[in-house]
Parts: sequence; structure tokens; C-alpha cells
Amino acid sequence: MIEFNQVSYNHPDGTNALNDINLKIQKNSITAIVGNNGAGKTTLVKHINGLLKPTTGKVIIQNNDTKKLSVAELSRNIGMVFQNSNHQLFADTVKNEILFGLHNFGFDELYIKERYEFVTDLFDLKKYEEISPLKLSGGEKKKVCLASVLAWNPDILILDEPTVGQDELQKSILLDFINSLHKNDKTIIIISHDIEFLWRLQPKIVTMSDGRIIEINNTEKIFTNKELIDQVGLIAPQIVRIFNGLGIVNDIPINLNDAAKMIKNWSNE
Amino acid sequence: MSAKDIIKFKDFSFKYSSSNNNILENINLNIKSNEITVLAGPTGCGKSTLLRSIVGLIPNMYDGEYVGEVTVDGIIIKDAEIKDIAKRVGFVFQNPENQIFMFSVERDIAFGLENLGIEQSRIKEKVSKMMETLNISHLAEKAPHELSDGQKQRTALAGVLAMEPKILILDEPTSLLDPKTASEFMELMNRLCKEKGISIIIVEHRLDLVMKYANRLVILSKGRIVSNDSPRNVFKYKNKIIPEISIPFSTKLYRKLAESDMKFSKAVIDVENMIDEIRKK
Repeated sequence: MIEFNQVSYNHPDGTNALNDINLKIQKNSITAIVGNNGAGKTTLVKHINGLLKPTTGKVIIQNNDTKKLSVAELSRNIGMVFQNSNHQLFADTVKNEILFGLHNFGFDELYIKERYEFVTDLFDLKKYEEISPLKLSGGEKKKVCLASVLAWNPDILILDEPTVGQDELQKSILLDFINSLHKNDKTIIIISHDIEFLWRLQPKIVTMSDGRIIEINNTEKIFTNKELIDQVGLIAPQIVRIFNGLGIVNDIPINLNDAAKMIKNWSNE
Repeated sequence: MSAKDIIKFKDFSFKYSSSNNNILENINLNIKSNEITVLAGPTGCGKSTLLRSIVGLIPNMYDGEYVGEVTVDGIIIKDAEIKDIAKRVGFVFQNPENQIFMFSVERDIAFGLENLGIEQSRIKEKVSKMMETLNISHLAEKAPHELSDGQKQRTALAGVLAMEPKILILDEPTSLLDPKTASEFMELMNRLCKEKGISIIIVEHRLDLVMKYANRLVILSKGRIVSNDSPRNVFKYKNKIIPEISIPFSTKLYRKLAESDMKFSKAVIDVENMIDEIRKK
């Protein structure tokens, strides 16, 4: 559904940001893009919704070359939540911020109302309806950005650092929500440094460094590869470090209950 | 050296004039010098308001009802001039873009010192030393927009540290950093605290990254302090944690195991602790 063919990208000043990217993202998958600061993660995802066009190579989205489509045409199906909420928010109230996309895409009023109710409930934003989004705290701004994009129900959802500033309950809600989108045929791409969150989500992981893809693999394979995670500026999740430290390198439990069970079994032996 | 209380909140409450309720309610809190204090709590619990009350943005820049007293390094914030507070307290914002504005990294770091009227040669020396400490000397000539987020953060920090504050406040300093850079950043904070005796206050959601450096964990909920103790003591007792707090996985596992009667010599706050405790079994 999303395909990068030998994509390279140079900034207008000539500096190289992406180098020979080959990547296929299947429909209805969850993919995480990880890597150190400046690895090119955000530059890569901006090619998916056409904000950037490759210098050489091709990006094909749902069978269309992004060079032949406008950002507006692409964005009906591709929603992107930016890392820095201030770059996204512009409306005078939270309500208008969320309604903007819905009106812009020309949905009928009944559907707009339904989607608005749904996302404001989901993110607990009703209480801020009439407040300027710029007056909210960092974590709350992020919620408004997420709600605004999810409102128009795009097929492909790109989330750039969605957990920043979110507390534990919000993260759990976000995790459940990503999983439910996945069940509903959506394709989710997430950029994140939040390794503990990624471990709970267990996506396919694309590791990047210096504008290149280093390795693509499942979550456990990536996080148990010490050399790789060091190269891309990561630290393994605590659960991986604990079990590795105890000599376990495969089939590391994914959640707390399983981890506790395993350890209890050992201590009973 | 026994640490003194460098920040004191006494019966402090604050209500923004735009709001109906107190955002902070009857805060009594003493923060020691030479310590790293981590401040945690759900979004909207009043963390930012607490920080603004230390740096004097409240009451100077925000209107509202101010009750009680905040004292920082012996000066009463309500009556102090911003310049006297600024000499003592450095503040690195959540988003460093809000803080960096000069044409180059070097000029940006020098800005605060120039405002204090310090002699040029002395400024040059301080700036270059600070860039060295933070490993950004190679960026001296770069413009802010040419920097990565991690580099912006270190530039903002350098500008603040150049002023030699006694207290350093960091609002979610690791949120834009990759885990390795974040961990190096925390090592640096630990060194500044231990070697220079700077009191550091960190607002952070991701406790897994900061807990092993923290002397004190303060948890705020709905404008009130619900915990104020060493991380180990906070994590030991169930009633001191609220569900919004992202406690480290090691600590979650410890609590789960302790619930099912596994014995631990002390509360677990990081991976190494956990491995040691399990190995003992």
C-alpha cells in the first residue's frame, strides 16, 4: 500500500537527508520508525503524505506516485499528527480546530456531529471546547491534534511522537485506540522514542540512522540486538534488559502479568 | 554537607483569573539544594503553574489570586524583582524553540551574560567553556534552525547554565531526545548537581529515564501534593501512587511480585536493582 523505491531526498540547500530508502508498508499494519535525533524519521514520513517529494526514486501510495498528487488529494486518506503541536494548531477554539478538517473535506452535518462527539469523548476534550488550543498544556495540545486528525477517519495514520507529554492513562487509551484502528483495517505508522510504549504495542520496527534504513524486523528482534539499538540511539525497554540480565534472550514476555508469572515460577522451583 | 531548603512553598494556593478553581491548593513543599527533585503528575495537575511560581512568572506575568508564600534562596517571590529571581533560577522550557532566538548558537548562549553587563572577554571565556561542557563547540556558528532538537535543547541549557544559577528547572527535558541522548543528558544533570551543587527540578512523565538520578519524587494531582519522598519510599506504598503516573517497568514488576508475597530487601526503582533482587532468590 505504501512503497518507497530507491528514495533519496536532499534539502533545498543540498544537504542529504534520506539515502536509498526501500520500504514496503502493508495495508492494515502497525509500523514504528525509530532512530536517533536527526536520523531522517520525520523527513521519511513527510514523503508519505506528499509534504515532501523525493529528489530521486519514487514513493507510491495506494498505487499512485506522490509526485502526481497534491497534499490535499493525499491527505483525505492520510492523516498526520505532528511532533510539535504548535506547528499543527491554528484555530481559535478546540471545537473549531477539530471541526476544520471535517468541514474542509465536505462531510455531511450528521456525520460531522457523530465524529466530533466520538473524538471529543475519546480524548476527554469536551471541557475545553470553547478554549483556544494554544492555551492548553503540552499534553492536552497533543490530544487536540490527535482528535482533529482522527475525526476525519483517514485510512493511513501517521503519528509523530504521539506519547510525548501524555500521562500513563492517556498512553493506555492511545495504545488501545491504535489497536482498535488496526482491527478496523487502518494502517498506522508511528515515530517514537518511547521504547516502553513500543514494547507494549509490538509493531514492526524500521530502524534508521543517518538518513538510511539500518534494519527492519519485529519488536523483539530489534530490541534484543544490542549493537543495533546502540547504533540507532536507543536503549532496550526495561523488561528486555531485566530478562537479558537474567540470561533470557528469546520469548521475552510482553506484559507485566506474564513477566511476573515467569519470575514466580523460577522462585518456586 | 547538609543541604538547606532552597525553595519553600508555605500554604500556597493560586487561581488564574481566567479559571473558576484553584489550580494549586495549599502547597507546602521544601526543596533542598544539591538534590534532584522530580515533579510528576497527570496533564493539567498544576506542574507548570508550580514552576511558574518558582521563577516568578506568577505573579508577575499571570493574573490571579495568590495566597501564601513562595521563597527561593531567601527571597520572597511575590515581592522580588524578576532580575533578582533570574540570577538564581534558570529555566529550560519544554520546547527549546521558544527559548533560542539569536543568529548563532554562540550568540544565543552569550545573550544572558551580555544583559548582565559582563565584560566581553569574560563572556567569551564562559561561553566557550559552556559549549565544551555540553559538547556543542562544533555548533558555535550554526543558526538555530540548522540544529536538531537535541542540539537545540543543549543550546538552551548552555544559555541558562552560563548564568550560573543555583536552581535549574527543566520542563520535560527528555521528551524530544532519543533514549541514548536522554540518558547522557541525565548523566550530565547528575554531574551538575553533585559537582556544582545546583539544585535541579525536573518535570517528567517518563520516570523510567530519570528515577535512578532522583533524590526526591513529588507527585501532584488536581493541584495538591499526594507524594513527597525518596522514589523508593514513594514506590513502596500503594497509596502514594496515582494511576496516571508512568512508573518504571522494573517498579511495576516489583510491586506485582511483592503483592504475591515475594520478599525484596528494598523497593526496586531500576533494572539493575531488579536483576540483583531476582538473582538473590
